[in-house]
Amino acid sequence: MRVLRTLLLMIALASGCFPLAARAQALVADLSSHLVAITTGFAGTDVLLFGAVEGPGDVVVVVRGPDEREIVRLKGRVAGIYVNRKEMAFSRVPSFYQVAASGELDKIASAAERARLEIGTENLRLVPEVERDPATVADYRAALIRNKEAQGLWGRNVAKVASLGARLFRVNVYFPSNVPVGIYQVQVFLFHDGEVRAAQTTPLSISKVGASAEIFDFAHREAAAYGAIAIAIALAAGWAASAIFRRV
Amino acid sequence: MQIYLPIAELSLNVFGLLGLGVIVGFLSGLFGIGGGFLLTPLLIFIGVPHAVAVSTHANQLIAASASGALAHWRRNAVDFRMGLVMLVGGFVGSTLGVWLFKALSRMGQVELVISLSYVVVLGLVGLLMLSESGISMLRQRRQAPPKPRAGRHPYWVRVLPFRMRFYRSRIYISALVPFVVGMFVGVLVAIMGVGGGFIMVPAMIYILGMPTAVVTGTSLFQIVVITANVTFLQALTTQTVDVVLALILMIGGVLGAQVGARAGVNLKGEQVRGLLALLLLAVAGKLLYDLVVTPADLYSISRGGA
Repeated sequence: MRVLRTLLLMIALASGCFPLAARAQALVADLSSHLVAITTGFAGTDVLLFGAVEGPGDVVVVVRGPDEREIVRLKGRVAGIYVNRKEMAFSRVPSFYQVAASGELDKIASAAERARLEIGTENLRLVPEVERDPATVADYRAALIRNKEAQGLWGRNVAKVASLGARLFRVNVYFPSNVPVGIYQVQVFLFHDGEVRAAQTTPLSISKVGASAEIFDFAHREAAAYGAIAIAIALAAGWAASAIFRRV
Repeated sequence: MQIYLPIAELSLNVFGLLGLGVIVGFLSGLFGIGGGFLLTPLLIFIGVPHAVAVSTHANQLIAASASGALAHWRRNAVDFRMGLVMLVGGFVGSTLGVWLFKALSRMGQVELVISLSYVVVLGLVGLLMLSESGISMLRQRRQAPPKPRAGRHPYWVRVLPFRMRFYRSRIYISALVPFVVGMFVGVLVAIMGVGGGFIMVPAMIYILGMPTAVVTGTSLFQIVVITANVTFLQALTTQTVDVVLALILMIGGVLGAQVGARAGVNLKGEQVRGLLALLLLAVAGKLLYDLVVTPADLYSISRGGA
């Protein structure tokens, strides 16, 4: 009985989230690139998301990086100096989070829809691993959001989805140089009258390629050899410098 | 020009990093110190993760100190016998330190312990050196005769067992003293990401009573081996050694170290110590200020493994 109920619930949720089968052409979107390659010269990059909508409505885009565990620590004064005294761990925190919309979010989507789809940092379901009183959790939550924004990994503002005529839209999503690697989810929603009319999810892979990927892999796979090479390079550099400067 | 650092996982300006290397290398050559007490906090300040800054700096130190050590070796200013005894202690200390570093970061207290040890160690050493070099500069001005060399060691040092003769330094002292100094420095290398020269140099002068001429070379020789040990252990256990970052810092560092070593020849021992003391006090003061003043955000976040 419970299995059946769960199954029904899942189907209901899925059809609510992705009414793609019913309205196949209501929303089409794609990325200019499905792979962000982090090469040696990587200094952050823009990825263009573009698409077309059928009928009236507003577009909302949510970009989420892979989930991770974050520990938020609170400093307090002990004998005159500031020390980390308390902490709260949050699991399933998106490592990257950015929202873009074609208008003002609270006018486009109802509060219930925003909460359900986790649109906006205030709607992220950030649950501490250990239960605490709501006021304390709220403080730590706010601190987590503030720090993520300061790192440039969570968007402080809602980016602008530009409309080109009645049907086409485009938005640039910026990934800073400290962007975490992994598989990202780019969710595109079409809202009308505060409700989701269509949705599409596109994966985006952010990974290291070329020399930086090889160095990273080597450091993790062959840690001992990597350490030995790091020492050898340093000794060679030191010796070379000393040899060169002796002749000058 | 930006370059992406594969282990630190962010990109930074190449010329900025080279400049940092030159400045720190210059101090390294001048004072016989690694300059880590400046470079590690600076790397963290520009966004390099804490563990990567510490481990990578250990790697960079190998190059800077090797080039400095070779320069001193050619001038016959390295006491290898003393260096080897200190190294035995250094290996024990640095292995212990790498373990301690891991334990502290799990507890979320590694930054605090590092800041506090900087304040205490740099502050104490800086004050001691400043007063000593001030006194000896005054004494020279009054043309007073230098202190006699015999019986310089304090009583507690003289009664220790395992006494050894160190010919290059012309001293006769218990091997336990350089062993303990080496071990203490080894711990600092691992947890503070510093070469430990700023504590080793004064310890060699004031506790071991070594002549200033061999102090710099011997301390550089010791730093080369200890930082190699730390680099290897960090690469093995935490994978936080960034060779790209290290290489850029090295290029700047070795250039600066050569210039520094030349500049040091023209300076008197007490002048070098006086300058170093002022630098140590400045860094200690800055870190103490940061600990005492209310931070802009009382909360901080860190990515935690499962």
